[in-house]
Amino acid sequence: MPGKISNKERMKIPRQIMPEQDSNVRRTNFNEVNLGFTEELAKMEALRCLQCPKPSCVEGCPVGVKIGDFIALVADGDYLGAATKLKEDNLLPAICGRVCPQEEQCEVKCVTGKKGEPVAIGRLERFVADYERETVGIRQPELKPKTGKRVAIVGSGPAGLSCAGDLIQMGHDVTVFEALHDLGGVLIYGIPEFRLPKAIVKAEIDSLKALGVEFKTNSVIGFTDTVDELLANSYDSIFIAVGAGLPYFLNVPGENLNGVYSSNEFLTRVNLMKAYRFPEYDTPVFNCKDKNVAVFGGGNTAMDAVRTSKRLGAKNSYIIYRRSDVEMPAREEEIHHAKEEGIEFIFLSNPVKFNGDKDGWLRSVTLQKMELGEPDASGRRRPIPVSGSEYDIPIDMAVIAIGNGSNPIIQKTTPDMSYNKWGNIVADEETMKTSKHGVFAGGDIVTGGATVILAMGAGRKAASAINRYLLGEDLWFRG
Amino acid sequence: MHKIIYAEFLASNIKRFEISAPKIAEKRKAGQFVIIRINKVGERIPLTIADSDSSKGTITIIVQGIGKTTKELNSMKTGDYIMDVVGPLGKPSHIENFGTAISIGGGVGTAIAYPTAVALKNAGNHTISIIGGRTKEFVILEKEMREICDEVFITTDDGSYGKHGFVTDQLQELINQRKVDFVLAIGPIPMMKAVAEVTREKNIPTVVSLNPVMVDGTGMCGGCRATVDGKTVFVCVDGPEFDAHKVDFETLGRRNRTYLMQESDALKSYECESEKALSQKLT
Repeated sequence: MPGKISNKERMKIPRQIMPEQDSNVRRTNFNEVNLGFTEELAKMEALRCLQCPKPSCVEGCPVGVKIGDFIALVADGDYLGAATKLKEDNLLPAICGRVCPQEEQCEVKCVTGKKGEPVAIGRLERFVADYERETVGIRQPELKPKTGKRVAIVGSGPAGLSCAGDLIQMGHDVTVFEALHDLGGVLIYGIPEFRLPKAIVKAEIDSLKALGVEFKTNSVIGFTDTVDELLANSYDSIFIAVGAGLPYFLNVPGENLNGVYSSNEFLTRVNLMKAYRFPEYDTPVFNCKDKNVAVFGGGNTAMDAVRTSKRLGAKNSYIIYRRSDVEMPAREEEIHHAKEEGIEFIFLSNPVKFNGDKDGWLRSVTLQKMELGEPDASGRRRPIPVSGSEYDIPIDMAVIAIGNGSNPIIQKTTPDMSYNKWGNIVADEETMKTSKHGVFAGGDIVTGGATVILAMGAGRKAASAINRYLLGEDLWFRG
Repeated sequence: MHKIIYAEFLASNIKRFEISAPKIAEKRKAGQFVIIRINKVGERIPLTIADSDSSKGTITIIVQGIGKTTKELNSMKTGDYIMDVVGPLGKPSHIENFGTAISIGGGVGTAIAYPTAVALKNAGNHTISIIGGRTKEFVILEKEMREICDEVFITTDDGSYGKHGFVTDQLQELINQRKVDFVLAIGPIPMMKAVAEVTREKNIPTVVSLNPVMVDGTGMCGGCRATVDGKTVFVCVDGPEFDAHKVDFETLGRRNRTYLMQESDALKSYECESEKALSQKLT
């Protein structure tokens, strides 16, 4: 298409459709659902961008990607140039392009979207990252001269990785400590292969290794080393990004029956430990084949768990949610994909007890119907139990996906830092500094369970503040 | 990677390993555990640290080959490498000078009771050990226990060594004879439950170390949850040691059978493959 094209013409181009695996095929495998744009689709989609002089999409991005600039390069067919531009603000674009909730962040602010559908920013981000990786390999940005300062990052999830990427470019030495045997945090143990292939996470982490970031697995900070020991052992600053990591349960009778899982356990077994390939891999998981599976919750993790159960062969896979469909926090795309794959949704129902057989295996759940009342603190209408409405449905496996509290290990071993009543670390919103000198924190351990990109945003804010601190600014004195 | 510095069988299916893990060796306290993963397809299993030598940078674990992973581990030899070892995890044992403290180990449980017995002795307790086994072969660490304890009693289920009977028979006898201030019991679930019943009558503080199925061992998955005092606990971060009189042993035993089918399939195919490999070597 010629270079000059009017805004009117741009607005006429329909949003390009993401090619995906057929729903009947994909629900039997763990391969990625979305197949990615072709060059033709990407170019066409890029032409839809109006190149606003004051782009509001950028305001919606927690890491401030220069969206219009990289999309203009895509429209010109300069995909590698687009990758360079993108990576000025985001070193992990193949991950973000896949798992960011763009519809609530950049795309919701897109001007094209005011009259029609917004520009598919996330899909273009993914295309550009995949294009670079698959053609020339991930290229490295320039590093500033070494400062001789050392930073320890606790946790290799999205917050830790984005912080590491920025700090290494600023010239600091960075060591990332990870509790598990593999790197990536929730990107590896939580988000399933069919939504975020682990090879892509590995490739983006390998690019950080190539920049000089050092990674130490099997390091549970608090046990292996404490925060104070890291500070004493020649680290000049610490960024704590351990995630939420303590699953909430419903606290209803029968929750310890065999077959009841937290979403963390179910997904960790399947994703990190590769139980879907048992017995080739040694870790087992509940055999879902021809069974009835219920997942409790309405967020992205619930969608990941229920779609995983379908792929493991479940006969019926249910989402059971206490509010209605409009209050569900999961991404629209995930809900849409789940429905296509045959997931059944049971709304306005809350579990009151799990029922087992004489050997202690889960056999059914008793649900109570709910109705919606006035909005609660979250702004969503509060579910109210309808008395006398209890009914049972037969299930063999249950997954509780109602969120995470804060893991206690850091708090117990670092008592001289401030925590809120839920055990989250208290950190400054702008600098991410904690009450403890030299220590910063960000991501889910500060905010409670949130999104990958918000954690990455926190990691970047922390990197900027840590850089100032290491160059001599006394962030604590200034209060 | 962690090198196996020394490995030896203590009984036909119980093996002792000294593994290079300098940091864990330096930090670990009695009652804590490690999680190990043998190789890249391996599962993560928790094992209590039986001993350590910080000068050599090694920890000792003692493993009973029951399922695929433990049997595969027990086929490993001096000089082999274990891919992942993480720890020390869990809360250390609560140690004080109780007065007279009895440490009871059933089978491989003696390996887990040993470090706590050492700590109890070092805290000034009159420390008694009861070592139980199905047969003489399964009475392990007798020499080590004799070195650190004031008194050691042995029982075997078949009478092939020590007193004929269960550890609880010996415990009951001791309780009848004298004042006992603290009991630690580690072994199969029915044994720990039986000990709890014996000490409950006289209200003797009794602690057991639980060994549920775990994945991460850091509180992240909740798979190891148990019921203690009517409440759900995560054994990996809230334990592994708990008040024996408050543990719901029935739920613990039941949850440990969650993967019985898969475990037995995995074991069968592992043993089948091992035999094939062996016969190929011989021909």
